[in-house]
Amino acid sequence: MVRMTGAKALVESLKRQKVDVIFGIPGGATIPIYDVLYETDEIKHILMRHEQCAAHAADGYARASGKVGVCMATSGPGATNLVTGIANAYMDSSPIVAFTGQVPRPLIGKDAFQETDIVGITTPITKYNFQIPKASEIPRIVKTAFYIASSGRPGPVLVDIPKDTQIETDDIDFNDDIEIRGYRPNYEPHPLQIEKAADLLVNAEKPVIIAGGGIISSGASSELIALAELLQAPVSTTLMGKGCIPEDHPLALGLLGMHGTIASNFIVSEADVLLAVGMRFSDRTTGNIKKFCPDARIIHIDIDTAEIGKNIEPHIPIVADARMALKALYERLVKKFRRKERSTWMNRIAELKQQHDEISNKEGLSPPRLLKELRKLLPVDAIITTEVGQNQMWAALYLKAYKPRTFISSGGLGTMGFGFPASLGAKVACPDVPVVDIAGDGSFLMTEQDLASSVKENIPVIVIIFDNRFLGMVAQWQRLFYDRRYSSIDLGKTPDFVKLAEAFGAQGIYVGSLSEFKKAVQTALKSDVTTVIDVPISSEENVFPMVPPGEEITKIIKE
Amino acid sequence: MAKKKDSYIISTIVEHKPGVLYQVSNMFRRRGFNIETITVGESEQTGLARMTITINGDERTVEQVVKQLNKLLDVVKVSILDPEVTVTRELALIRINTPNAAVRSDVINYTEIFKGRVVDVAHDSLLVEMTGDSDKITAFIELMKTFGVKEIARTGITALPRGMRSTRLE
Repeated sequence: MVRMTGAKALVESLKRQKVDVIFGIPGGATIPIYDVLYETDEIKHILMRHEQCAAHAADGYARASGKVGVCMATSGPGATNLVTGIANAYMDSSPIVAFTGQVPRPLIGKDAFQETDIVGITTPITKYNFQIPKASEIPRIVKTAFYIASSGRPGPVLVDIPKDTQIETDDIDFNDDIEIRGYRPNYEPHPLQIEKAADLLVNAEKPVIIAGGGIISSGASSELIALAELLQAPVSTTLMGKGCIPEDHPLALGLLGMHGTIASNFIVSEADVLLAVGMRFSDRTTGNIKKFCPDARIIHIDIDTAEIGKNIEPHIPIVADARMALKALYERLVKKFRRKERSTWMNRIAELKQQHDEISNKEGLSPPRLLKELRKLLPVDAIITTEVGQNQMWAALYLKAYKPRTFISSGGLGTMGFGFPASLGAKVACPDVPVVDIAGDGSFLMTEQDLASSVKENIPVIVIIFDNRFLGMVAQWQRLFYDRRYSSIDLGKTPDFVKLAEAFGAQGIYVGSLSEFKKAVQTALKSDVTTVIDVPISSEENVFPMVPPGEEITKIIKE
Repeated sequence: MAKKKDSYIISTIVEHKPGVLYQVSNMFRRRGFNIETITVGESEQTGLARMTITINGDERTVEQVVKQLNKLLDVVKVSILDPEVTVTRELALIRINTPNAAVRSDVINYTEIFKGRVVDVAHDSLLVEMTGDSDKITAFIELMKTFGVKEIARTGITALPRGMRSTRLE
């Protein structure tokens, strides 16, 4: 037991969780904490320019590193500005812990200055949240928060800290054990379910694997690839699963769903046994769910029991950690599986993949072509983040990922403005690899103010703006399904992004041709400051393939 | 008691602390599940409360409700109670107009037949306490409507299984 202030106990607790970086903005209700951070060398505080970016940066840090990301904001507007970032982390099961200041306990409920009920607000978008009742509770709550965020199905946790609990001095015990009676994540797969799944897979003619974000968060890539190779089962990925199998692997089909590849959407639909791992059958993945894989027997592996049967009723449910389940399946199957003659099917897969590759050979400044060229200039471990909309789907479709945690995108919430701050978080986590945000002009303008933090904190990333002067994805829907009635999507004269970057002290490059683009990327890769590359593209460009909303995933519009 | 086929009673053990009722009710709202009744009170174990929830829905919905409840960290245990082997009780307070002695005497008689109690008397009304399963209470209220019901307060259902079928947290 040691006597210290709550603020000191908090920072000490963070050190014990091996926190080395906090993304945040101080304010009236967190000054005592920042006063302790002032003299804490072990923890670097990165001053962001908007709390939403602090949350996204923590999220990007978590996804790139696999560690818990930490963000901090003051009470009231500081806290509410975190909300989009927390919701984003919740939808994509990203482990972050958000700390918020709160008005002193005697003022709670009195509508005090900068008071907001952030615990109430974030209840439906956090895995759990806390309000510190007294300083002595801080070590136990922080320990519990990190445990909850990073265990089971990961997710965001919020800790709200009234200002007077930061100031009060109390007897602090750092050795408190934590116990959560209502939370016991199940990691081990049930052997009987594994047996049943193995039997189904042994007899399958066309087994297909759908791999989701759970593969990445459980570190199951090598187990996945081993099983796919053993079964000769092609692997389709959700947006969150991108990178879990190298996309140049012969069995990798690419993205599935509304903007799925031709190979993914057809091969999944033709499966007789579907092994879905660490994914949740979201509407963007399944299309019309009533017509999704009607003939397949479905094995669904997920660590979250509530995902089983939520959108699709599987034939064999397995509640377990993806890595442990895949390992158990492999061990079971390696003994009994006999290779089958599948050359016709494999040829069909190769042919469908070929059709996809042809799209990226289009001439001119077309995003598929640009992304293909970009890939050649980047090392395999370069980290890609994306904004949301056309830029995101182009990147998902045409920029190959080779390793887990190298493709970071806002999947569930679809947050425009996510990619840039997430790239800053990823760069802080992995300073030695290039980090590239694939952006649209609309998205980038939602969080571009954090160019300031990227310059001041010396976090050099590369932003590539596919600049079409439109809110491109909405425009695409209006073009295809609303008779080209372009309602409120014309951004008009967007800013001069070169000048904008330069105004912040970053580097801006405008490119007008493919060769200029390549040169710009090479310059950016060598630069010590953030580089914004502005690539004008046609406003009329569409992302294809596309499945119209509500249709089955084989109803593909190719061009 | 005639059992409604699509009505389910869910008994949950939850952490007895602020915000838990909000978490549970918010989950129902956000996922589009409807609560018919909910009762909360202390359980036999310190620090734990029992929440008894009745809902209407098909089997699949109820399965999802149970999974989503279990997902909440402050929910420690969830059981679906089989109506065949469950004792359910509800308490109601009903204020009935009694403009004259004849009506007053009728109400008192009915209350006795239903094994209720008169708990408060005024010049022109009686306050009756009625305990039992929900159908009995509804039947009594229907009967009282002929006299004029001024106010009703019902607690919603609380329930426990019969015999050895424990919902206790082991």
